[in-house]
Amino acid sequence: MRSIPFATIKEKVKEVCIETNYILGEDVIKSLQRALDQEESPLGREILNQLIENARIAREERIPLCQDTGLAVFFVELGDEVSIEGGRLSEAINEGVREGYGGGFLRKSACHPFSRKNTGDNTPAIIHYELVAGDRLKINFCAKGGGSENMSRVTMLKPSDGLAGVEDFVVNRVWEAQANPCPPIIVGVGIGGTMERAAFLAKKSLLRKIGEESNDGELAEMEKRLLKKINELGIGPAGLGGRSTALAVHVVMEPCHIASLPVAVNINCHSSRHGEILL
Amino acid sequence: MIKKIHLEPPLKRSELEALTIGDNVLISGVIYTARDTAHKRMVELLDKGEPLPFDISGQVIYYVGPTPTRPGRPIGSAGPTTSYRMDAYAPRLIEVGMRGMIGKGPRSPEVIAAMKKWGCVYFGATGGAGALLSLTITEAEIIAFEDLGPEAVRRLEVKDFPVIVINDVRGNDLYKDNVEKYKRK
Repeated sequence: MRSIPFATIKEKVKEVCIETNYILGEDVIKSLQRALDQEESPLGREILNQLIENARIAREERIPLCQDTGLAVFFVELGDEVSIEGGRLSEAINEGVREGYGGGFLRKSACHPFSRKNTGDNTPAIIHYELVAGDRLKINFCAKGGGSENMSRVTMLKPSDGLAGVEDFVVNRVWEAQANPCPPIIVGVGIGGTMERAAFLAKKSLLRKIGEESNDGELAEMEKRLLKKINELGIGPAGLGGRSTALAVHVVMEPCHIASLPVAVNINCHSSRHGEILL
Repeated sequence: MIKKIHLEPPLKRSELEALTIGDNVLISGVIYTARDTAHKRMVELLDKGEPLPFDISGQVIYYVGPTPTRPGRPIGSAGPTTSYRMDAYAPRLIEVGMRGMIGKGPRSPEVIAAMKKWGCVYFGATGGAGALLSLTITEAEIIAFEDLGPEAVRRLEVKDFPVIVINDVRGNDLYKDNVEKYKRK
């Protein structure tokens, strides 16, 4: 067994919460630049320029990229030869969130569903665990904003709806979302599994870097087709009309029940904030 | 060079009528922040016949919940939140004198009808540009509902805060018109 101290995990989580909210990933900046080069709408170009400038200001002036610094979502891959020394893994992650969102001047967005009372420290974090072979601990962090999350949906299609039904559902979802999720967006699509598995896959697909396509040839083709259809909708940057409605579409698929065809669409805004910890 | 219109609330009827969808506007002076729960509370106050935390006549409300303020700065990151969640409350505030709203995303037919009826304009600020927009805010002070934290009502002093007219007083809609222009049929 390899042992990893509680304090190390907590510190790394704190750091990833802060840095991710101040520094936009190179892949996102590059794709915004590419969108700018291809954008036909003058207003769309102005918005894209603002977003690139916003990323520079955030990094240099130490102002969070967006006021919505998200709920803290984690995907943990825990090696079966790893033990945590000095505490529990979930607590290390939540403590890291508390310290990161507190010390990093990040907004606390977690609240009671009905009273709307803020929990005060952005916990509880949303943590997904996967047990894998080996002695490593990998933690992927995502600061997930509410605007784009609100535009996400899960549906249970009929098997007869097939591929065309799935693609229609995805494109219609983006159409109905319009300006709300802060386009240009990243569209995560989870197909198959059960209801909650499809949603999980859609969210996990958002971790992939922009520009990396699915390693399944058919899904890679589907991603290209969906991206083209979505960018023909005309929604454009900030929903003000234009060519760049989505920066990428990521599709993940797993087997499902003979009676079902679950599909989930999880939308991410252009401020796609992800970070990785490898211990 | 795109023409920029300068405005300072309280907004006058003539200023509102002169605005058209797509106009680039730079707002200076005082604006107020309020989002989900603050809206609910303000409408509850009106229902009870009690005064709002500030005089809303001619004023502009910005839908924002900023990040905490770093020492030495007036405010944290402060971009717009999605507006449709305030649609249930906006007509009531328009009725009692609100003349401008700043947010992102389309409004309901009911809100657009109230804007037309009473003379109010909906401005769009760039979603996800919270760092950039925060640089145009020079002062911020919590004036009500402090218990709501990021959702508290703030009085902001702004200098050339950049927005675009999305819905004017004649019921036009920039989102609809522009998306139609770029949609491939």
